[in-house]
Amino acid sequence: MSANETPPRAPADFEKVAIGAQATVATFKEETPSLLKRIQHLLHVHPTAIPALVLVLSVAVFAMAGGQRFLTAFNLSVVLQQVTIIAVIGIAQTIVVLTAGIDLSVGAIAVLASMVMGKLAVTAGVPTPLAILIGVAVGAACGAVNGILVTRFRLPPFIVTLGTWYMVFALNLWYSDSETIRSQDIGETAPLLQFFATAIPIGDARLTYGSIAMVIAIALFWYLLSMTAWGRHVHAVGDDPEAARLAGIRVERVLMSVYIVAGIVCAFAAWMMISRYGSASPQSGQTSNLDSITAVVIGGTSLFGGRGSIVGTLLGALIVGVFRNGLALSGVNVLWQDFAVGALIIVAVALDQWLRRVSQ
Amino acid sequence: MSTPVPQVPVSQAPILEARGLVKRYGRVTALDHADFDLMPGEILAVIGDNGAGKSSLIKALTGAIRPDHGTILFDGQPVSFDSPIDARRIGIETVYQNLALSPALSIADNLFLGREPRVAGPLGTLLGMLDRPRMRREARAALSSLGLMTIQNIDQPVETLSGGQRQGVAIARAAAFGSRVVIMDEPTAALGVKESRKVLELILDVRAKGLPIVLISHNMPHVFEVADRIHIHRLGRRHAVVDPRAITMSDAVAIMTGAMAPPGEARAA
Ligand SMILES: Nc1ncnc2c1ncn2[C@@H]1O[C@H](COP(=O)(O)OP(=O)(O)OP(=O)(O)O)[C@@H](O)[C@H]1O
Ligand SMILES: [Mg+2]
Repeated sequence: MSANETPPRAPADFEKVAIGAQATVATFKEETPSLLKRIQHLLHVHPTAIPALVLVLSVAVFAMAGGQRFLTAFNLSVVLQQVTIIAVIGIAQTIVVLTAGIDLSVGAIAVLASMVMGKLAVTAGVPTPLAILIGVAVGAACGAVNGILVTRFRLPPFIVTLGTWYMVFALNLWYSDSETIRSQDIGETAPLLQFFATAIPIGDARLTYGSIAMVIAIALFWYLLSMTAWGRHVHAVGDDPEAARLAGIRVERVLMSVYIVAGIVCAFAAWMMISRYGSASPQSGQTSNLDSITAVVIGGTSLFGGRGSIVGTLLGALIVGVFRNGLALSGVNVLWQDFAVGALIIVAVALDQWLRRVSQ
Repeated sequence: MSTPVPQVPVSQAPILEARGLVKRYGRVTALDHADFDLMPGEILAVIGDNGAGKSSLIKALTGAIRPDHGTILFDGQPVSFDSPIDARRIGIETVYQNLALSPALSIADNLFLGREPRVAGPLGTLLGMLDRPRMRREARAALSSLGLMTIQNIDQPVETLSGGQRQGVAIARAAAFGSRVVIMDEPTAALGVKESRKVLELILDVRAKGLPIVLISHNMPHVFEVADRIHIHRLGRRHAVVDPRAITMSDAVAIMTGAMAPPGEARAA
């Protein structure tokens, strides 16, 4: 039986494999890549380098353009306060986007949870901690509905969360009678709901508990996503669900957990929202859906799933905050703030596409 | 249809066995009452034309797809795998044709995907912290035993590897975790000559440890070099089982393509 024997009758079948198979023998020597290629590779391995760089650059530019008023400890702490809620909702958005999904209902879930917390604690006289807990449960339940629709009914996340966004928002108006719970009433009966507004003065800066909690939440989710099996599974499911399934991951369970956790995170954001605005308004947080997606995208998380980072989302939220604040201080019309954010999104996605080409 | 197969005399009972597997995709019949027997400690090659249903057979045997009909027996006991996890849990490890790797995850993360080790102590039990040093160490060991340590960085995402290197990662994973059966669907399709040789050696090593192996391959010289028996798959079913020592490569290919009838005693259906 010699190795180079040719089958007389059906050589074509014998050779068919060779056509489909990759012809290249694994080679390990690479020609020296161009500088651009090397940068591409470097950024591919350290994707948060881009938003970090953009943040530093934009702070530098506004410091020069906006002068004295921008680069003060006070103003920077204001920026931090302004991005806190978006960064926390951005955590929820990031984990969903990592699974190659998208959650359009995050903002609505946060508002509903804030109304539940506020109304129960202030109007219904429920002890505040219990009211908060129920609010968190409502957030988890909304997430579970999204999760079930995505996994059991196999509907696309975009459509599911577009639908639940409307439904949750309607529930929110119905439950709250479209009435705002006033700041004064919350302050009197449920001051715990305003807990995150407490600020520690550091020089001129005012560091709120909300900002600190946000940083802790970012750290927690950084840990969960990069240091635990759950985090690896979230990435794998977004990367290639079929490969993940064959590798022994319970894809549906992972997706379910992601949507529920996202709902819970939104409920925490709700608590922070009440703290920040003082009141609980059914009309608040209208823009947080899109703002959270903006932070995620500018932070370098790929909408195609599987790659991205939670730190990137914080950076993305900060970049948007710095742009808005810096442009405002430079006296630029508000509409150009939106224009700049729009341009940032497109540049970020273009970069992501370019980086993905590394593997091709 | 499923008459016992007269074949190379084997005294033992099959470790993995299937009878009358049927799998239809719409109007395509991928498996048409396919039978399968894997004996303890043997290397069983499965050959067949493109689209003959080899991969479908392997997927049905390992819980990756659910057959419409038929039974699967492991150690003589009927089993029903709802997902590849169930097959893995009893020690059947598979290299799927599409490799089942996560491109964005590192080599080490891929090797341990779905069974990540945790650090000892409360950090591991309460906080679920991965034992990254151990994952790196063991991944490196698994790859170097395959001669694949030309990979410089074990934290490199799999998508930055060449096709052959990726295949090496998938094979290393199966070889490292398989405890009862190892199944490889075209493991050398993307490999170079030297790397293919390593995989063949690995297959022989695994058998030397007493584990049976299913090798699907279109590479006849490879098949004839290592196989103890050859299962010829044709049109969705087992067409014949032949002894590589008693048949020529060209006859095996002729049987596989239907150009020649299987020898009487090898006819499987
Ligand atoms: N998911 C699927 N959906 C529809 N048809 C499928 C699917 N998977 C396999 N088939 C069909 O089933 C038949 C058998 O496919 P299978 O992949 O098992 O062949 P194979 O013997 O492994 O071929 P190859 O040598 O090319 O890998 C083919 O006709 C294929 O088109
Ligand atoms: Mg196949």
